[in-house]
Amino acid sequence: MATPATQPWSGKKKNRPMEFIGERVVAGVAMFSLVFIALIFIFVFREAAGIFLDDPGAKIRQKASSNEYETYGDDAVSTLGVAPVEQRVEQEEESLTVGDLLAPAWFPVSNFPKYGLLPLIWASIKVAIIAILLGAPIAILAAIYTSMFAPGWAKEWLKPGIEMLAGFPSVVIGFFALIVMATIFQNIFGYQYRLNAFVGGAALSLAVIPVIFTISDDSLTAVPKSLIEASLALGASKWETVFFVILPAALPGIFASVLLGVGRAMGETMIVLMATGNSAILTLSPFDSVRTMAATIGAEMAEVVFGDTHYSVLFLIGVILFVFSFSLCFVAEVFVRNRLMKRFRGA
Amino acid sequence: MTKKRFLDIAVPAVTGLCVLFVIVAIGAIMINIIVNGWSQISLKFLTSAPEEGMTAGGIFPAIMGTFYRTIIMSLVGVPVGTLTAIFLCEYVSANSPLLRMVRFAVNTLAGIPSIVFGLFGLGFFVQFVGPGMDSIFSAEGQIQWAQPNILWASLTMAVLTLPVVIVSVEESIRTVPHDIREASLALGATRWQTIWRVVVPNSITGILTGAVLAVSRGAGEVAPILFTGAAYFLPNLTHSLSDQFMDLGYHVYIMSTQSPDVDATRGIQYGTTLVLLCLTFTLNAAAIILRYRMRKRVNA
Amino acid sequence: METERHQIVTRNLDFFYGDAKVLHAINMNIEALRVTAFIGPSGCGKTTFLRCLNRMNDLIKGARHAGDIHIDGKNIFDRDVDVVSLRKRVGMVFQKSNPFPKSVFDNVAYGPRVNGVTGSRDVERIVERSLNQAALWDEVKDRLHDSALGLSGGQQQRLCIARTLAVDPEIILMDEPASALDPISTAKIEDLIAELKQKYTIIIVTHNMQQAARVSDYTAFFLLGELIEMDETQKMFTNPSKKTTEDYITGRFG
Repeated sequence: MATPATQPWSGKKKNRPMEFIGERVVAGVAMFSLVFIALIFIFVFREAAGIFLDDPGAKIRQKASSNEYETYGDDAVSTLGVAPVEQRVEQEEESLTVGDLLAPAWFPVSNFPKYGLLPLIWASIKVAIIAILLGAPIAILAAIYTSMFAPGWAKEWLKPGIEMLAGFPSVVIGFFALIVMATIFQNIFGYQYRLNAFVGGAALSLAVIPVIFTISDDSLTAVPKSLIEASLALGASKWETVFFVILPAALPGIFASVLLGVGRAMGETMIVLMATGNSAILTLSPFDSVRTMAATIGAEMAEVVFGDTHYSVLFLIGVILFVFSFSLCFVAEVFVRNRLMKRFRGA
Repeated sequence: MTKKRFLDIAVPAVTGLCVLFVIVAIGAIMINIIVNGWSQISLKFLTSAPEEGMTAGGIFPAIMGTFYRTIIMSLVGVPVGTLTAIFLCEYVSANSPLLRMVRFAVNTLAGIPSIVFGLFGLGFFVQFVGPGMDSIFSAEGQIQWAQPNILWASLTMAVLTLPVVIVSVEESIRTVPHDIREASLALGATRWQTIWRVVVPNSITGILTGAVLAVSRGAGEVAPILFTGAAYFLPNLTHSLSDQFMDLGYHVYIMSTQSPDVDATRGIQYGTTLVLLCLTFTLNAAAIILRYRMRKRVNA
Repeated sequence: METERHQIVTRNLDFFYGDAKVLHAINMNIEALRVTAFIGPSGCGKTTFLRCLNRMNDLIKGARHAGDIHIDGKNIFDRDVDVVSLRKRVGMVFQKSNPFPKSVFDNVAYGPRVNGVTGSRDVERIVERSLNQAALWDEVKDRLHDSALGLSGGQQQRLCIARTLAVDPEIILMDEPASALDPISTAKIEDLIAELKQKYTIIIVTHNMQQAARVSDYTAFFLLGELIEMDETQKMFTNPSKKTTEDYITGRFG
């Protein structure tokens, strides 16, 4: 009735050597870059660990408790670092303890160096608060305008226009703040120091605005159209719809955007390095000069002796920044953005 | 009723003013830099080295330094990031805990301050890889690689751009519809052929956007190179990977904050800033155009 | 029972998505150069079974099977089987037309190219032949280099058939190929199937019983993951041996 299969078929596996090699190469490169990502976590912490291992008091305590720590310490303290550290230890009456790190003074380069991190931490917080207070409202309101009120043609241009701000290298914003903004603000407010936390914060707000704007705009735009139409159909005006329907729905995304903005503000280096005056003093006034954590690393790392206490403390500051921005991202990602994404994917 | 009508006008007006404010700020920065920097730009400024203790002359070494480090960074960061994203999308199953962990790490790294990457570069390349290379390649007791140089600065930048590239390439690969992958496989194409003939060509705009964005971010970034290889002034051009280098952004920073007579070199500072801005804006404009075309295509 | 006419033979095929068993001990013999239709209500496993035949289900995470499928005497689940050459031999047309976002020409040329046909004259000849076989040549010969996404839905689906023919399969699997098309396009596809069975073994999944009656020589009825009955189409639709088959065909459920 019918003819059997026309061609015989072995179906045996073929060798495709080029593809085999290609796939191995891709996998290898991927593994390589994933290893690097892991190394970032390891190396920043490793160099910071030097502080506690240089400290003789800590060394004795660790010797008593664990031998493993001791061998690790020998690895971490490179040969370069040992000599100066020992000299300094002789000079110092006391060794570096957690109490020293919490002292209110930062004088790393002197005969009796002080490594109190409080002024630096407070400076970062102060500048970030100023930047967020100035930047977040503007960014969020601007996002409301572009997503809700702007006519269609303007939307096409406004969004990339505002995102251009993110394209300015931070050194350019820092330069502008240093030369133009600092002078203008001093003329307006008449304060004493030309460069201070307020100038730095204001300049930083320019860097923070695009971060908050973009994510806020995305989450406002992602609010389902049906929700908006339902509200309008019930006789609510446009602004009522915006404030009572759209904003609450987009709130998690806006919150996430502000968190990421805080992260950006705390970690930004060049702007604050150039615009805040960099003196490590601990005051409340926004018009005093400050030295943030990031700026401290940027300004001092090029001049330290590799491996000594100052070097390790700078790495410790890096660890603090790292942990801080990590936690912010964690909160933003896991608790806020995921929830938001699920909500809109479901819709 | 009148209050309601008032808000109908006031709310768009206030929010619109915020947009206007941002646009004005952008305009102010650009105009200030263009107006003050333009008079400085000349062929000599672009093609000669600093003279008379950096108070005169040009910025040629800084342009070349930025050019070299951006090229090295891109040559390493973009392909590695792209291949990593392809691997994560195509070879790792979507629900595997490994993938979720990696994705979380990558997303988090994208938010880590760039100065921390600089610390990593210092701790890893300069202090760990460098001495290792010296003990193999250099004469006894000579330090060639265990110090900041253009290679370590560029690689630090490459690591910095890695998460940016991975995230954006992954995003664009995920927009390739599943059914055309199936079509390709059903036609007897291997997975490898499907990736290179269907998936990658269909996400090429996104891949390019990611690459350009990453490169432009890297080109303007200064913090990570502060202590991994940038130099204040070098008598000779950089011609080896183990040399330090001059850089546009670093030059702006140094000249405006650390030079002995800051006011006398204002023109040079503005000129350098303008050149840097032109470089990054060209790259950014390219990325934005690409991205908008891609979004339109996805939404269509 | 099984004879040499049977090109596809399945023995006790079970299939699972994770813990859910979706196919129960399917035993089926499919004849060469005939059209076999799979019918049954949604979720009865007919598409899953179809996708087993070229191992497209390999792509789904957590999917596994038990039992055998022999095609031309070879168990396709054997460890040494090359899935890629299996899929070349067993082509597939999907429910939703899925042309590549490339030109009409490149769509059809894709299969030959990935299978190592390099000469441009050879590729052109295959493209023209395949488009002719799919009764599409006259409609697209002037716009071979326009995007395939500009074609109408029916044309796109015939393009997908042409694309499948271009790799020279023995067997063509069709997963509800006309379900998204208008009646005229559907008629064209059905005519095409009648034409193609001269040279290919065709298996078609369909929701539409009239379509099964019109195009197929054999019909298999699936229900809840089991093969209830399989026979010559004429007999199935006039005198089925099982009560459930009759109930389904006469529209009492499904």
